[in-house]
Amino acid sequence: MGLLSDPNRRRALTNLLTRLNTPICVVCYLAGVAWFMGLAFEPFTLRTYMSENAMGSTMVEERFPSGERAVATGREFSAHKRKVGGMPVDWLVKTMQARGLEVYTQRFSRTLPFPDENKERYMVHGTNVYGILRAPRAPRTEALVLTAPCTEGNSNNQAVGLLLGLAQYFRNQVYWAKDIIFLVNEHDLIGMQAWLEGYHHTNITGMDWTPLQGRGGSIQAALSLELSSDVITSLDLVLEGLNGQLPNLDLANLFYAFCQKIDILCTIQGKLQRSDWDTPSGYTHAAQTMMLMVMKQASGRSWGDHGLFLRYHIEAATIKGVNSFRQYKTDATTIGRLLEGMFRKLNNLLERLHQSYFFYLMPSLSHFVSIGYYMPAFGLLAALDLWVHLGTLPPTEDGVAGEESDSSPSALSILTPVVISHMTGVALYSLPIRSQEMAVEHFPVSETEAVVLTAIAIYTAGLALPHNTHKFLAGEGTEKGWRVLKLVALLYLAVLLGCTALINFSLGFILALSMVPIAAFITPHVPKVLSATIMILLSPGFTLLYCVFVYQELQESPVSLAEGWMLFLSVISQGILDHSLYGSLVYPLLALFVYPCWLLFWNILFWK
Amino acid sequence: MRSHRTETVLTNTDAVSALDKSDPCDTEVPLPPQQVPKMAAHSSILLLLAFAAICCLQLCQVSADVDQTKSGEPYTEPNQVSIERKLEKPDEVPPIVSDIDPIEKEQDDKQWQSTEEAMVKPETTKEIAPPPPFKDEFKEELVIRPLQSGDIYASFQFRTLWDTDFLKGKRVSHYHLFPKSLGQVISKFSVRELHISFTQGFWRTMQWGQPFLPSPPGAELWVWFQDSVTDVDGAWKELTNVLSGIFCASLNFIDSTNTVQPSASFKPLGLENVTDPRFLRYAMLPREIVCTENLTPWKKLLPCGSKAGLAVLMKSEKLFHSSFHSEAIHIRPVCQDVECKALSWELRQTLNVVFDVHTSGQGKKEWSLFKMFSRTLTEACPLASSSKVHVDVTDNPEGELFDLLPVSPLLTQSVVLGDRRTYAMYDLTNKDTFGSTRSLNLLVRWKSDGGEMMRPLLHSERYVAGFGLQTGEIHTLIYNYHPYRAFPVLLMETVPWYLRLYIHTLTVTSKNKDNKPSYIHYQPSKDRLRPHLLEMLVQLPPNSVTEVTVQFERALLKWTEYTPDPNHGFYVGSSVISGLVPSMVAMDTNNTRERPLFSSFFPCKEESSYFVRVYTEPLLVNLPTPDFSMPYNVICLTCTVVAVGYGSFYNLLTRTFQVEEPSAGLVKRLANVIRRWRGVPQL
Repeated sequence: MGLLSDPNRRRALTNLLTRLNTPICVVCYLAGVAWFMGLAFEPFTLRTYMSENAMGSTMVEERFPSGERAVATGREFSAHKRKVGGMPVDWLVKTMQARGLEVYTQRFSRTLPFPDENKERYMVHGTNVYGILRAPRAPRTEALVLTAPCTEGNSNNQAVGLLLGLAQYFRNQVYWAKDIIFLVNEHDLIGMQAWLEGYHHTNITGMDWTPLQGRGGSIQAALSLELSSDVITSLDLVLEGLNGQLPNLDLANLFYAFCQKIDILCTIQGKLQRSDWDTPSGYTHAAQTMMLMVMKQASGRSWGDHGLFLRYHIEAATIKGVNSFRQYKTDATTIGRLLEGMFRKLNNLLERLHQSYFFYLMPSLSHFVSIGYYMPAFGLLAALDLWVHLGTLPPTEDGVAGEESDSSPSALSILTPVVISHMTGVALYSLPIRSQEMAVEHFPVSETEAVVLTAIAIYTAGLALPHNTHKFLAGEGTEKGWRVLKLVALLYLAVLLGCTALINFSLGFILALSMVPIAAFITPHVPKVLSATIMILLSPGFTLLYCVFVYQELQESPVSLAEGWMLFLSVISQGILDHSLYGSLVYPLLALFVYPCWLLFWNILFWK
Repeated sequence: MRSHRTETVLTNTDAVSALDKSDPCDTEVPLPPQQVPKMAAHSSILLLLAFAAICCLQLCQVSADVDQTKSGEPYTEPNQVSIERKLEKPDEVPPIVSDIDPIEKEQDDKQWQSTEEAMVKPETTKEIAPPPPFKDEFKEELVIRPLQSGDIYASFQFRTLWDTDFLKGKRVSHYHLFPKSLGQVISKFSVRELHISFTQGFWRTMQWGQPFLPSPPGAELWVWFQDSVTDVDGAWKELTNVLSGIFCASLNFIDSTNTVQPSASFKPLGLENVTDPRFLRYAMLPREIVCTENLTPWKKLLPCGSKAGLAVLMKSEKLFHSSFHSEAIHIRPVCQDVECKALSWELRQTLNVVFDVHTSGQGKKEWSLFKMFSRTLTEACPLASSSKVHVDVTDNPEGELFDLLPVSPLLTQSVVLGDRRTYAMYDLTNKDTFGSTRSLNLLVRWKSDGGEMMRPLLHSERYVAGFGLQTGEIHTLIYNYHPYRAFPVLLMETVPWYLRLYIHTLTVTSKNKDNKPSYIHYQPSKDRLRPHLLEMLVQLPPNSVTEVTVQFERALLKWTEYTPDPNHGFYVGSSVISGLVPSMVAMDTNNTRERPLFSSFFPCKEESSYFVRVYTEPLLVNLPTPDFSMPYNVICLTCTVVAVGYGSFYNLLTRTFQVEEPSAGLVKRLANVIRRWRGVPQL
């Protein structure tokens, strides 16, 4: 209170902060990074535990017997798939009906904004087939979903076989209190999106689909099953969903608990958990796992079919069967038992999963870092921002007063760069897709390349902006002018990073990591060439490039520079596609807000 | 509004002549859409009449709409088939021979017999009937219908009829067959009609067809009070509490927030035809869970309890191991005789169960009474004047689908829910039924999979669209699968107040065109007092889907108003669709070939349409829910924010800032005193 009302003490504090600005900045930044890296250290993290009472104490007994038959059904499915050359809709309908389900189909079609070269698709037509197992005495108010994508080639037939096997087994049980929906979706995420939009009767991405005929009420939880080969050595849990949303931690706990009980090797981010946390290699392992999660979450894309459920407040996860050529093999019966157990526990739920955390990071499957522990890391980085903002002002004035006193001489000079940066952002957001036809006509490139290269071109063109901006300005830029512009840019960055970190911590953290140093040191008086190089190397585009390399490194599949560049290009195209197909927000965030913000700092550097 | 007179007629064998009054064949004119507004009240009354007819399934109750000045939708009366046939062949003696092969019987159409009359011989009735002073009778019946999905539908009906009047004159204190607890309720609260149902599960119309008596998931209660009742709300409140005690159910949760007064959807089914909705109360508890504790009091209301008769089959362990379970009680006044000078009270107890043979039979399609109920029948209830078991064998005319053992002695045919059905009948009052083993264990062995079921003509579906916790949209889809006939239905939606309906967003579309309802009754909600009530008369075009959508906003409740499990969601009760559906029998043009030409030109009244009530799924809606697990954190945080933030801001805003002057010296103060005294300005 005294701080606010007593001008003397306030001034003393401001002076102190201004004087110690640089050391505090550096210390905070380093502390933030150190804190973050410390999160992977096991003694600093919490063990996972089941919060939901309905799933905790009531251990169920798994009895699924017919794994062999499920594998046979999978083979039959693959034979039919090959015969039809796509999804064998009729066979699936017939098979599901024979298992006593209510079967419905949904057709959908979608034309992508530009061809997807990774998955080789442009005009997508498909059919989803789903069967509903009605709970005996429930009034169709709640449902659980088990999905298996029907992918091209031979990869996921076992999952469909297991799904049908489970359907048959579940049908003969009496304890179901929630309807269970068995869904086989075509064209993975696009089919999933069509089905979810149909189920909730919304249309957010402009896809064409036929309305659903049968529903099971509000979906409580969903599991997606992907088995890549006949032989499974371990199961991998994928949690990261669209826009970095995560399912409730209890779902992960449930998976882990059953893996422990049935004795299946389970991984997260493809990494087994290690018990030697006190050795350097053990720590590195945990840090790698956590960094992978941060990378995946920051990408804002759905890393499995489950990711799209999260938008509808449905807790969902993907279980991936992996063959990593270990000695230890897991057969279909065991995986079936695992799923049976998980479904029976979810069936016991009295309320939606809400007891455990929604915001967390996992350095291993048995440990987690909750939002309360990881936010200080970000807070330290953001704190730096605020000190800087205080420090840049003339020592006699506080922030608000400084802005007011400066506004009269140079409102235009401040506004012009802000507006022009944002116009560039809008161009970066909208032009690549709109101008692809023109680009294809004039240059010998494919549509996809056209889109990506246009984006990069606009991004690069933005660097020439300061020179162009100054043409519009009548007077010379003043000392006060750049200070105010920097103040605006800093506040902008602080709000932007704060909001991003609340929604998607990983993205906010990675952006803060690269943007904050620029924000801290940039003034028109630093050496131009060196600073410009540093700024470009820390720009959002380059951050993305580093992320690609770091991700590959963490995946233990390092790539060469050329491969990395190709990956970088495909990541950009995937990001744009994710936005238009599923409504991922990372691309618009980067194009419309982060990049203009960075351009403001770029403007300050070239302030005349 | 037109005046109507309902005549309810008791048709025993001697009452057949009463039927002559109503023309059996009546030209059926489809309602043109522009006529519908005027017809709203008219047809709604007809709806209730028709519903009464459905209730009268195999019993000898015929209510006839005598008002024939305006051609309306006539209704179906199942027993008319048999009765007419009897009239055509009055001298033919019904065979009661158990050894006749049913297949042979079916080949000879002339042997189709009216069975009610044949089986209920006057002598038998007199033997079992109670002594004259009580003038009451009890009938029990079980209908078993193998469904196309492979499930088995078993429907029990118990009817007690008592020629007395609870409400006029003398106080009734001697009870015989009629349960005293209910009799006292009727007289104490001046109830004219009472309908209550407890249901666990959801009736799957598309797989199972129409049920005999529809009921929504959870509990449903609707009551018509006598017009002499002054404080209807008070009586209703008390009545729900009493019934809650009688049936061990949570009916005491019925209060003004879930009670409505439908203007058209629920009309009295009994004798008196007063339709002022002020005396009607309707409530639904979609969350109510039905279990043995509700079944036990229900069974105790039966004259024989569960000791004898059909009720021995009601072993709760088996009844609740099923796909659908619904128990209901209907009380209404009916006419005593043709002249209708005096009242009788009818108590009808029904129990509907669907058994999932797939689950219980390990995939083998075979069922028997013992498998379903783990009991067999050994005797009729000694107090019952009639005790019968019917098995639907319509789909099995040649015995190619399944074998029914023991072979039924008698077949009966009637039009049920617009479809002509054939039933094999077993009379439990006849000793021969039980054979040498002294027990009846019906057994069906399936030979092949059932064929395609005829799609029910009226079907509905409801769901919540959208995501997020702010707004949403309720979609109600009503399917009319009739290939060429349009028909109107009444849709009633009751939505709790915490979903705030945006009624301006109400749209009704069929075939992508706006379908303007001809009648809309909307009662807006009041927060914490009453729910929304929306009733509409919608014309369904042939072979179409009509979609009714309305958007809503989710209210933020007070923290004490949340249920103990707020994250489970909040229930919205089923919406009710009632309508007269054109009969499938009338659709079947081949059928007329066997009949004389003169009788087949105009669609016959009894067959042209029938009353159907369809309940949609209840909805589970999530409301914005605070995190109740962190009150401590919330309190701490709030207090801190208030103390630090608000306190310092308040301080800043209210403080007056002054430049602090060093305090004046003693000399200066003295000088000022002198100056004040002199009247000159101070220093």
